[in-house]
Amino acid sequence: MERKEIFERLNNVFRDVFDDESIVVTDATTSNDIEDWDSLEHINLIVAVEQEFGIKFNMGEVTTMKNVGEMADIIEKRVK
Amino acid sequence: MKELKYPFNVEYLIKNKKKIKKELLQKEGLLEKNIAILGGSTTSEIKNMLEVFLLNYGIKLTFYESEYNKYYEDAMFGNPELDEFKPDIIYIHTTNRNITLYPNMLDEEEDINKMLDSEYEKLAKIWDKLSDKFGATIIQNNFEYPYYRLLGNKDVSDIHGRINYINRLNNKIYEYANNHNNFFINDINYLSSCYGLDKWSNQFYWHMYKYALEVPAIPYLAFNLANIIKSIYGKNKKAFVLDLDNTLWGGIVGDDGVENLAIGPEVPSGQVYEEFQEYLKEHKNLGVILNVNSKNEYENAIAGLNHPAGVLKPEDFIIIKANWNPKNMNMKDIAEELNLGADSFVFVDDNPAERHIVESSIEGIGIPEIDTPENYIRIIDHNGYFEMTNFSKEDLKKSELYKDNAKRSQMMATFDNYDDYLKSLKMKAEITTFKPIYLERISQLSNKSNQFNLTTKRYSLADIENVASSEDYIKIYGKLEDIFGDNGVISVVIGHIKGNELHIDLWIMSCRVLKRNMEFAMMDELVKKAKEKDIKTIYGYYYPTLKNKMVKDFYDLQGFTLENEDEKGNKTYKLNVDSYEEKNNVIEVER
Repeated sequence: MERKEIFERLNNVFRDVFDDESIVVTDATTSNDIEDWDSLEHINLIVAVEQEFGIKFNMGEVTTMKNVGEMADIIEKRVK
Repeated sequence: MKELKYPFNVEYLIKNKKKIKKELLQKEGLLEKNIAILGGSTTSEIKNMLEVFLLNYGIKLTFYESEYNKYYEDAMFGNPELDEFKPDIIYIHTTNRNITLYPNMLDEEEDINKMLDSEYEKLAKIWDKLSDKFGATIIQNNFEYPYYRLLGNKDVSDIHGRINYINRLNNKIYEYANNHNNFFINDINYLSSCYGLDKWSNQFYWHMYKYALEVPAIPYLAFNLANIIKSIYGKNKKAFVLDLDNTLWGGIVGDDGVENLAIGPEVPSGQVYEEFQEYLKEHKNLGVILNVNSKNEYENAIAGLNHPAGVLKPEDFIIIKANWNPKNMNMKDIAEELNLGADSFVFVDDNPAERHIVESSIEGIGIPEIDTPENYIRIIDHNGYFEMTNFSKEDLKKSELYKDNAKRSQMMATFDNYDDYLKSLKMKAEITTFKPIYLERISQLSNKSNQFNLTTKRYSLADIENVASSEDYIKIYGKLEDIFGDNGVISVVIGHIKGNELHIDLWIMSCRVLKRNMEFAMMDELVKKAKEKDIKTIYGYYYPTLKNKMVKDFYDLQGFTLENEDEKGNKTYKLNVDSYEEKNNVIEVER
């Protein structure tokens, strides 16, 4: 899957989960950039992303992922 | 809302719950309640999902959420925020992660019994404390099974096994539930087995986020909980309306002929429909009434229902509409004839187009998205339409009651004068102060009545118990019986006393006994009771809702004078007790 497509789909998931149509995610986006992105919403975001791409993150991945770019890296590796 | 029916599209729900919530908040006439969630693990998403499911049932919740794993501290030692919150419902979300004492192989039976008692006592103390302090309804999870078995298959039978231990602990909880009225079990043991225990207890979610179940399982948990709560507040469905062809039997009776229908033990598809009919018939014993809405010639419908292998017979139904009218019209006619709100039905039809037309014209009606016949029972059942919380004996007789009413209508047709008809019914009423055996029914009635309800104030069983034991209220119920049968408790009035005034907080009557002059008999008694307490003035209130238009002039008819009416149509009435004239002359009253 192209990185561009991954980002398009990620962007839709973010907009749904945070109910905010103005969100545009980039490689550098972190929880500091989105107001409602707290640790509890993070869980729902992870679940929604997993379901969107039909993958499962493991614990190591979820704990080390620093920004949306790293999330996309993992997705890219998994869905090839 | 379609998305909020079982089976769920979990992905959609998790992503769109905020949008769904916004949309549901547009609805009018939401019932508002306070719920405290006391959790032994993370509860945030449980709260979010519960909120959405209950909005869909017309209940708007305000939440208190305990800090992470502070359920015990909040309950036992209190907390100013919780105290001030005054919960109507307290949900205790504990799981096997909160069990602190488990047996090991060296423990003697006696030690294990002690552990078990100590785990149970810890919970029982919480429940006693909470119900003393708040008088709120308590909902408690039972325990789900652990996801591993140290002793293998012996884990279930050996007293050292955790499965054995959890079963015993659960049994103690059930015993408490059976002995306490405002206490309900949220059966996560069953839910986790339906969902798949390995998935349910996905350890990723525990170690990452301290959720004791995986997040995609939360809609199932929240829905189950929402069903208990909606049932407590009288929002259960009351009746089935069933299609016939390919719903109650395989095949089309008009085309295939009765002898070629699939029903009965000979072939697999016949067995499926037979079991489905049995499942439906068992609902009669729960007070759920059965009706038919089918596109068929009437004779063919009856012939199909008389199939020798069929479990349901024509006499099992109250109303059978078999004609060629659009099904939404038939639905509305059935609702009118039974005097029930159209939203109190569950409509079962194998045809998605028919489901759609009914669903889009009747808001709030229950329509299971059934697919193939072998799944009918599971899909209907897991939607929790008839969740039993306060089961009263009256429910057992409901089918008969509706049949009696049909007979009364026939008899009415033979009289020219309505008073003569009423007299011919030889009605006898028992109208008196609340008695303990009826409190459950009284609470149920206060939650179910929408039409003949002046203030639409809802009372939980705990509320009713408070009213019953207080001297500050005049509280009466009415039972009505006639030559066709006993209607049971069908009317309730509660008023609070303030000096020599009485203010009527609640006036309700079941629509089963409309136009029988029961409301006059009730008022006669209320006034008598008021006089005994030296009341000089009675105040009555009418608060309009979408459903109670039929009583907007109730107090005018009772001889009260209008004191005040605001722009919303809320009305205050006044009655001078001394000038009251008795109105009932058709019902014999026992006090």
